[in-house]
Amino acid sequence: MGVPTSVSSSAAPGLDLDAIRNDFPVLHQQVHGHPLVYLDNGASAQKPEAVIQMIADYYCKDHANVHRGVHTLSQRATDRYEGVRGKVRDFIHAESTNEIVYVRGTTEAINLVASSYGQAFVGPEDEVLVTEMEHHSNIVPWQLLCERTNATLKVVPFDDRGELILDRYRDILNERTRIVAITQVSNALGTINPVRDMIAMAHDAGAVVLVDGAQAVPHMSVDVTALDCDFYAFSGHKLYGPTGIGVLYGRESLLDAMPPWQGGGEMIMQVRFDGTEYNELPYKFEAGTPDIAGVVGLGAAIDYVAGLGLDLIDEHEQQLLAYATARAAEQSGMRVIGTASDKAAILSFELDGIHPHDVGTVLDHEGIAVRTGHHCAMPVMEHFGVPATVRASFGLYNTHAEIDRLFGAIDKAQELFGQ
Amino acid sequence: MSDLRELYQEVIMDHNRSPRNYGSLEDANRTAEGFNPLCGDQLQVYLYVNNDAIIEEVRFEGKGCAISTASASIMTETLRGRSAEDAERYFQAFCALATGDGETFDQNLDLGKLEVLNGVREYPARVKCATLAWHTLRAALRGDKTPVKTE
Ligand SMILES: Cc1ncc(COP(=O)(O)O)c(C=O)c1O
Repeated sequence: MGVPTSVSSSAAPGLDLDAIRNDFPVLHQQVHGHPLVYLDNGASAQKPEAVIQMIADYYCKDHANVHRGVHTLSQRATDRYEGVRGKVRDFIHAESTNEIVYVRGTTEAINLVASSYGQAFVGPEDEVLVTEMEHHSNIVPWQLLCERTNATLKVVPFDDRGELILDRYRDILNERTRIVAITQVSNALGTINPVRDMIAMAHDAGAVVLVDGAQAVPHMSVDVTALDCDFYAFSGHKLYGPTGIGVLYGRESLLDAMPPWQGGGEMIMQVRFDGTEYNELPYKFEAGTPDIAGVVGLGAAIDYVAGLGLDLIDEHEQQLLAYATARAAEQSGMRVIGTASDKAAILSFELDGIHPHDVGTVLDHEGIAVRTGHHCAMPVMEHFGVPATVRASFGLYNTHAEIDRLFGAIDKAQELFGQ
Repeated sequence: MSDLRELYQEVIMDHNRSPRNYGSLEDANRTAEGFNPLCGDQLQVYLYVNNDAIIEEVRFEGKGCAISTASASIMTETLRGRSAEDAERYFQAFCALATGDGETFDQNLDLGKLEVLNGVREYPARVKCATLAWHTLRAALRGDKTPVKTE
């Protein structure tokens, strides 16, 4: 079985993995008597000390509600909260902080756009376009919108490698297409989609584009201005930040034209019973007391990732992916699902004669955390005719030695099941 | 590895490799569908229950992990020829066994081969795999129309 190929096992120059691993307290523990190997980063990444400490520091020193008081703590909390908005703007290369809306995560960002933009600008004869590889959170909000408005949902298929069929995309786009919602990186397959070209094509057809960046931001540097996308959504927790916080980027002219989504405090300028005037951007979309500590933690996560450098992170993860892919090719009875030429560090696979769930249990026994299941992408599973896959998704702290551990455990699963 | 063998006992591996009473049942008069949304597992249970409320035939079909397949397979072996009332007692007993809930355990019932599944109680994430077939069976006996979900 799998003999390591001659892939280099050194980290990218500049990324000091020992030091990095020391930044993540959770990694240093035993699971079932083995050192933990965390390969479920696609579901949620672990948090560096810097993030954990930043949140504690905020609560220890500066917490109060934001935008609400003249007192010192409220001002400090507001400064921290708004300071992170500038970081986010720079991180994704947006033009203005007015375009950065804090939300709970990718799911909420997409629902916000589907509800607010969708309700205002999508009508009965219109079409909304998604792809076959979307996460359920980039399918269901659009289905709900189509139900409400009698618009039609169209689906761009992918081929057996997991690459979108762009000719079909071109055919499906038409003057009735109002919104195109595509993922930049597929969580189930790892495919990196050519979103920049797809956005240009959508704009030619007169549609606006929402990019689901949940799986992209942890792995590559993102420039919403260069992409020219209209909306971009991501979650803090996959970017080594806290859960419960995420970002919706929206082109200012579009956010301006959109009706508010939720009503409440913060999002208003003046409330009268004969008519309420809404707050300016981005507050129009931030009703109620936000997750201030989450925002502060997100800022620390962005600093951490940007401090290491996304180019170096990307290079390191690509080496891990290449190594894991080469080992997978040598492993008998293993089929990789998602073999696009351009991939992020995600290896989805199945083993002959062993259900993914059983693989997951054996790997857990060896201290290895992977995701097994449909990865909230049931149409992808259906395409490949499998109920589920095993998914190893790599992060900036993973090592070649951990991939060796993964394959050692796969050997054990195959041995146990007599495959 | 040794404790994994307690979960994946040889009987389980055998029923997983060659499930008994597998496939649909043409003259079934009770059927139900079970679904585990967490892992995408899906399973149909087919029963022929005669006028005396005896389960004359029981078969299953579907996709699942070793635990859910073996559990379904052993369930069909256990229940063929038993009354619907017995099936309910076995259902209760098996759920108690799988969850390690000794309180509700029926001492008078010989669980026989079903005992091999008692290893799942150490794996909370896998208990639902073991009980899916049983919940589906119960739905079939009760004539429930909506698919059973284990979440
Ligand atoms: C591609 C993709 N989109 C959307 C989501 C949803 O993200 P969240 O659950 O953080 O809202 C995920 C997370 O699993 C994802 O991988």
